Amino acid sequence: MIRFIEYLKENNHVVRYVLYSLIVAIVIWSLSVDTSHAHTWVEKHIPGFWSIFGFVSTIVLIFIARWYAGAGISREENYYDN
Amino acid sequence: MTTSCFFHPALILIIGAVFLPFIKAPFRKPYLMAVPILTFINVVYLGFNPGVYGQVDFLDWQLTFGRIDNLSNVFAFIMALMAIIGTLYGLHVKDGWQHMAAWFYVAGSLGAIYSGDYLSLFLFWELMAFASTFLIWFNKDEKDSTAAGFRYLLVHTFGGLLLLMGFVLRYQATGSIAFELLDYENAKLYTWLIMAGLMLNAAVVPLHSWLPDAYSKATITGAVFMCAFTTKTAIYTLARACAGFDILIVLGVAMAIYGIIYAIIENDIRRLLGWEIISQVGYMVAGVGIGTALAINGTAAHAFAHILYKGLLFMGAGAIIHMTGKKTFTNLGGLYKKMPVTMLFMIIGGVSVSALPFFSGFISKSIIIAASYEAHVIWAGMLLTMVSAGTFLVAGLRLPYLLFFGESRCDQSTLDKAADPPWNMQFAMLISGLLCFIIGTFYPILYALLPYQDIAFYQPYSAYHLSETLQILALTALGFMLFKNRIGARATINLDLDWLYRRGGMMFLWLAKNPVQWLDTMWGEAYRVVGLFSLMTTARFWGWFDWHAIDGLLDGSARGVRSFGRLLARILQRGQIQQTLGYTVSFVALLMIAFIWL
Repeated sequence: MIRFIEYLKENNHVVRYVLYSLIVAIVIWSLSVDTSHAHTWVEKHIPGFWSIFGFVSTIVLIFIARWYAGAGISREENYYDN
Repeated sequence: MTTSCFFHPALILIIGAVFLPFIKAPFRKPYLMAVPILTFINVVYLGFNPGVYGQVDFLDWQLTFGRIDNLSNVFAFIMALMAIIGTLYGLHVKDGWQHMAAWFYVAGSLGAIYSGDYLSLFLFWELMAFASTFLIWFNKDEKDSTAAGFRYLLVHTFGGLLLLMGFVLRYQATGSIAFELLDYENAKLYTWLIMAGLMLNAAVVPLHSWLPDAYSKATITGAVFMCAFTTKTAIYTLARACAGFDILIVLGVAMAIYGIIYAIIENDIRRLLGWEIISQVGYMVAGVGIGTALAINGTAAHAFAHILYKGLLFMGAGAIIHMTGKKTFTNLGGLYKKMPVTMLFMIIGGVSVSALPFFSGFISKSIIIAASYEAHVIWAGMLLTMVSAGTFLVAGLRLPYLLFFGESRCDQSTLDKAADPPWNMQFAMLISGLLCFIIGTFYPILYALLPYQDIAFYQPYSAYHLSETLQILALTALGFMLFKNRIGARATINLDLDWLYRRGGMMFLWLAKNPVQWLDTMWGEAYRVVGLFSLMTTARFWGWFDWHAIDGLLDGSARGVRSFGRLLARILQRGQIQQTLGYTVSFVALLMIAFIWL
């Protein structure tokens, strides 16, 4: 297992291509899934809605967190020590 | 007066803890395992015999120590199971006090779950708070642990007082101390007080700051216990008393988002996991707020799954801290070569919390989301789904990436020390890892334990749910790959609402030290000069007269009492408030045994 991880670390592009092909496979398969029982309008009428939703959520969360940390929440580690 | 076949499981742990110091090797390790296993067997036995047991008349009230029904069963079952796993994980710990504190803590949790009235709930509630404080104080490696323990204790005392005020006011208004569903339509002040007291233990925003603070300072095994019991016991009590309170949906979703944002920027492993507890408990609080049968089932299922995978993550984090002595991402990284077994289990924990198909989060978290759609609270379902993307980002990707893959930020001595932990820690991780997988794959096992069995069963492995989850996970991974450097390791701490009492406390201390102390000194000086001298002279004369003349007549009994008092004080009061508290808690526990038994 360790050797396998080392191989992947040296060949970063392999990880990337595997991930890309997985994403494409998942999205294409999802387009074929029946959405008529979904709860909301967006799920029924936007193809691949949850892909868009997942991607946007991640970006939004990362940027909110970074902005929040930069807005004075992140402090030096000895902040409470004096 | 107890029913003949009822023996309270908490009693096994309390008695076991009291006798633990007298058990020496080679019997110590078997004994350590036997006590929680016996407790577990007792809980399972009670699970097959539902009913109301252990009713005791105390003054004007009837206390109920054993309310065994569907809701209390599933929570007691997982707590007792976690007690076994946690004790196994800490089997190598030589310090018997840590085991005792942990068992008292679990006893408090089981007692709270089985109690049918507010008074006994309150007793066990406080037992939990006190016992778990010791799990923080016993951490000798952390210089801040004493202060953190006091902060934890004070916050929980405050929460306990809210609960106490609430149920006393309720008793005054209704004449009942029965612990049952509160009336939301005619909510009074006491309803809100009880809810706030329970909410504090569930770490609901804004009463949450104690959690990451305390769990990152506790002992390694202590944190494994703490991550399971306090918040999930509170979820049980909320499900019992506050099911269907709309406001909890808002609060639950808020804490799910708040927790995940802090987890994204956190640098300390156990603080990150603590923030994620807040986020995950947010799902459960929202589930309680929705309050339908499906939602309560989802809450119970998610609490069950959560205890196992979060315990697993804390065990993995503890293994890393135990072996390397480092606890921040900025001092770790690239550990895959040194700790492959730990890595495997932490990834299992991470994908379980991220709801990857075949792991436990997949079949539990989705019930709550489905319940929110079914109850037409669409916004809550959407926001909780967004948080599950964040959960995968944090626990499934960021955590393993920063610890095991990525670049190594360890110094040479850390790398030399790093290795997989002792067998018992690995074994405990193996058990919970397997359970995460078994529950996720053979989900009817868990669903059969849920409180409402008469509703239509939720089907997690539908094509639609699979496609939804896989799309979110895959695209989250893409987002992580693109932006992983923005959420890398940074040597910072993040301020939270505990700033108010940590900095506020310092202000108070300054006030006490400077102006108030000055005034006090001045006053004392004036008093000494004017009043004390004459008073002391007279007192000295009468003291001499009493000691020599009167006590001499009465066979020196005062002297005897005084020397006995000194002896007692030498043993009991060593000036360490922690020890004094320890004696007090043990005394209360003994009293409780007496009450339940008689």
